[in-house]
Amino acid sequence: MMPDLGKYAATVLLAYGVSLGLIAALIAASLLRSARLRRALARAEAEVRKSKA
Amino acid sequence: MHPMSIWRYANPVEFLRVSGAALPWFWAGTALCLATGLAWGFFGTPDDYRQGSTVKILFLHVPAALMAINAWLMMLAASLIWIIRRHHVSALAARAAAPVGAVMTVIALFTGAVWGQPMWGTWWVWDPRLTSFFILFVFYLGYIALWNAIDEPDRAADLTAVLCLVGSVFALLSRYAVFFWSQGLHQGPSLSLDRQENVDNAFYWPLLICIAGFILLFLSLVLLRTRTEIRARRLRALQNLQARA
Repeated sequence: MMPDLGKYAATVLLAYGVSLGLIAALIAASLLRSARLRRALARAEAEVRKSKA
Repeated sequence: MHPMSIWRYANPVEFLRVSGAALPWFWAGTALCLATGLAWGFFGTPDDYRQGSTVKILFLHVPAALMAINAWLMMLAASLIWIIRRHHVSALAARAAAPVGAVMTVIALFTGAVWGQPMWGTWWVWDPRLTSFFILFVFYLGYIALWNAIDEPDRAADLTAVLCLVGSVFALLSRYAVFFWSQGLHQGPSLSLDRQENVDNAFYWPLLICIAGFILLFLSLVLLRTRTEIRARRLRALQNLQARA
């Protein structure tokens, strides 16, 4: 249940909303870059193996 | 090398193996601590008799500020390891930590401004702690920009390590400004080894759990991003190899 934040409700919700949004964006960006690099490296390693064979 | 030596993690393969096994546990700890601490802080703590419900911003502001400073100190340790022992993983860990520290600094500055407006009557003052924190943020931006501006990785690691040493002055200044500059609007530290100086017990425990959550979040992100940087470095090496062939 939502607590009664009184006259500072907008202040508190703004602080939580922006902070949690920034954390979520940082996690998402880190995971996406990790997945992209992992795929790119797997492709490059496969090409090296193919060229050696 | 002794099997318990920390230097074995300087081997990228060993680092990837160990961090891959540890990461799920770090993420689980992060989720547990952040969910518990923030829910307790937001839903389960009373209003402060002077600050009203704005006291709930404490649970974001203090852990974020703590991590903003300590992230830079972690980068300093990693940079020193790079300068002294030339371990690539340590340079990449410092690079990986910078965006995390920068976001923590933004959160600390933003929540501080939002909190300060109703309490101090202003979003911002050039108070010693706020100013040193703002300069720390500029150092984070400069550090990230310098890494991206230099193509040769070892040279980038060298120059960013030097920048990190210089920026450490402001990281430490941000940490200790409240002790040696009594002027300014920012209050003293919220946590102390002396329980008498701590925040009230109603806020103390959820705050500690939030701090644990932010520390685990930082470690999870740094491990994940260091793994990514190691792969990016290997990818670049393979691409150079193919280009020469």
